[in-house]
Amino acid sequence: MKLDFARNETLVALVIIGFCVAAAIADPGFLSLATLTDLLRSGIVLGIFAVAAFIVLVSGGIDVSFTAVAAFTMYVTAMMLNAVAPWVPWWAALAIGMGIGAALGAINGILIAGFGLPTLIVTLGTLSVFRGFMLTFVGQKQITTLPPGLRDFGRMMLLRGTNADGSFYSLHGAFVVTVAVIAITWFILHRTMLGRAIFAIGGSVESARRIGINVAAVQFFVYVYVGALAGLAGVIHASMARVANPFDLVGLELSVIAAVVLGGARLAGGYGTLTGTILGVALIILVRNSLIVLGIPSTFQSIAIGVLILIGTGLPAWQAKRAEARAA
Amino acid sequence: MNMATLIRSPEGRLAVITLLVFAFMAMLSPDRFLSVQNLTSMAFQFPEFAILALAMTITMLTGGIDLSVVGIANLSGIVAAMIMIRLTGSDAGAGVLILALCAAVVVGILAGACNGILVAWAGLPPILATLGSGLIFTGIAIALTGGSALMGFPPAAAWIGNSTTLGIPTPLILFGVLALGISLLLTRTAFGVQLRMYGANPLAARFAALNINAMLIKVYVLSGVLAAIAGMVVMSRANSAKADYGSSYLLLAVLIAVLGGVNPYGGYGKVIGVVLAVLSMQFLSSGLNMIGVSNFARELIWGVLLIFVMIVNTWAAKPR
Repeated sequence: MKLDFARNETLVALVIIGFCVAAAIADPGFLSLATLTDLLRSGIVLGIFAVAAFIVLVSGGIDVSFTAVAAFTMYVTAMMLNAVAPWVPWWAALAIGMGIGAALGAINGILIAGFGLPTLIVTLGTLSVFRGFMLTFVGQKQITTLPPGLRDFGRMMLLRGTNADGSFYSLHGAFVVTVAVIAITWFILHRTMLGRAIFAIGGSVESARRIGINVAAVQFFVYVYVGALAGLAGVIHASMARVANPFDLVGLELSVIAAVVLGGARLAGGYGTLTGTILGVALIILVRNSLIVLGIPSTFQSIAIGVLILIGTGLPAWQAKRAEARAA
Repeated sequence: MNMATLIRSPEGRLAVITLLVFAFMAMLSPDRFLSVQNLTSMAFQFPEFAILALAMTITMLTGGIDLSVVGIANLSGIVAAMIMIRLTGSDAGAGVLILALCAAVVVGILAGACNGILVAWAGLPPILATLGSGLIFTGIAIALTGGSALMGFPPAAAWIGNSTTLGIPTPLILFGVLALGISLLLTRTAFGVQLRMYGANPLAARFAALNINAMLIKVYVLSGVLAAIAGMVVMSRANSAKADYGSSYLLLAVLIAVLGGVNPYGGYGKVIGVVLAVLSMQFLSSGLNMIGVSNFARELIWGVLLIFVMIVNTWAAKPR
């Protein structure tokens, strides 16, 4: 296999490998199962968010409201189940979360597909509406006693064990959900007509319309699907944190979008891969969790992420600009 | 001008909305909302994010966006604060303040130039360039202060944000001058025409032999300077400087610009619209505050207002 250095995926993968090598040299303990499971654990919720942000970018839009959808869903689900149906099992709780998320996503969908409003503005508006509505009318207090279904889910581990040095490691069962989300999204994007339509709309709305794609319907699906994923991520976040804090999650949206773009998805739409998305998220998580291993104080974390975003998106942009200048 | 022509332009509709909001709030609590005390406190509150909204407006006119404004504001506030704290012993007066102000503006120019170079020469999408640079500016601010607040300024520092000049709150005068200046720049100079032309159609602007790179750099430098001035107002009003002040102002500034009728894809926008949007937002939040509505409900109502105005604008723009 030949390495294609013009692709973001290659660059990001090389940076990840370089980072791990440097970290392993600085601290041999870095290469342990505990580090891996820690990183995978942080990737569970962020991974689902990234897939959601990715599919919107592919369709040519941008969604900044998904974190508010997730926070709203997790809070309302926890509160509702506690009040009326504490007997609901974990899988039904996740399904309820997806349902609430999808309903909120449908609001975005109606405004974007139905009224034809710009995606950035709609989702910026709904971000403050969802958050404001939750904090004003639903509540502002943390829910520390989660419904039993979510508590069960929070304790579900895929594997657990003890290292040679006596420290514990474990991988949460929700990791399976994230993998399933990635697989299902891959299937939709690459094995169905719907997926081709999403790419087509992202490439050019007008061309898509002329080959007979129902643009409004596809856009509506995208925002409902993203809402469902965000809702799922929200409920998982609450069960893993064992608390539903309404102030969590909101504020992550731009970092998630940055991770996705780092992985090669274009803001203009119609282009990007799930592999790149996963690599982008992996890199951001690695920097957030493990910068300290390299001896860089955590106060420099946001500088490091900023530099990564600029280099990761700047190199391809600069190459594209040079190619264009040569062609002209 | 009669009513029909007034509501045909987005700014005209916004003016009607602003007046309605004002009248509604005045009716809800007449003695408190219309009191001199409330009107002055509003005049002190809005200039800081209104200036950020001006910065957002000029970048949006080119089809870009500046997500680093809050980072620049805080970084320049911290640089100014460090200068003032170091030099306070020698001279407690206006001299130190002017030096600090100049330093802040220089920080704004440098930060804006970084953004401009990334957008113009490296060809990065503005949303990513300024997202990344904003993280870096905030990061530098954290590294400089260790994340804590800087305090202990000379008394002169309160002048920018907390005093009145000729009976008018100083930040309001500052905002008025800046808004007027930007408005004249956009409507009365070749630069303003170029800027909107590029925003409306970048390819046409290139074929018209505009020096696009120089123009973009100027736009982001101007945005950086405005952000630095907003940072000074924030620093003076809070009487301290910190790396994470005003984080909610970023989305607020975008929201105000869009509410003011600025097209986020470039080419259209008027300063008067932004001023009206700022006023309606401030009337809403002060009025709601008075009748005991929480800050979170304000967020909800801002969002609803934004979507409502967008629906009306798109609906009105459709040919019938």
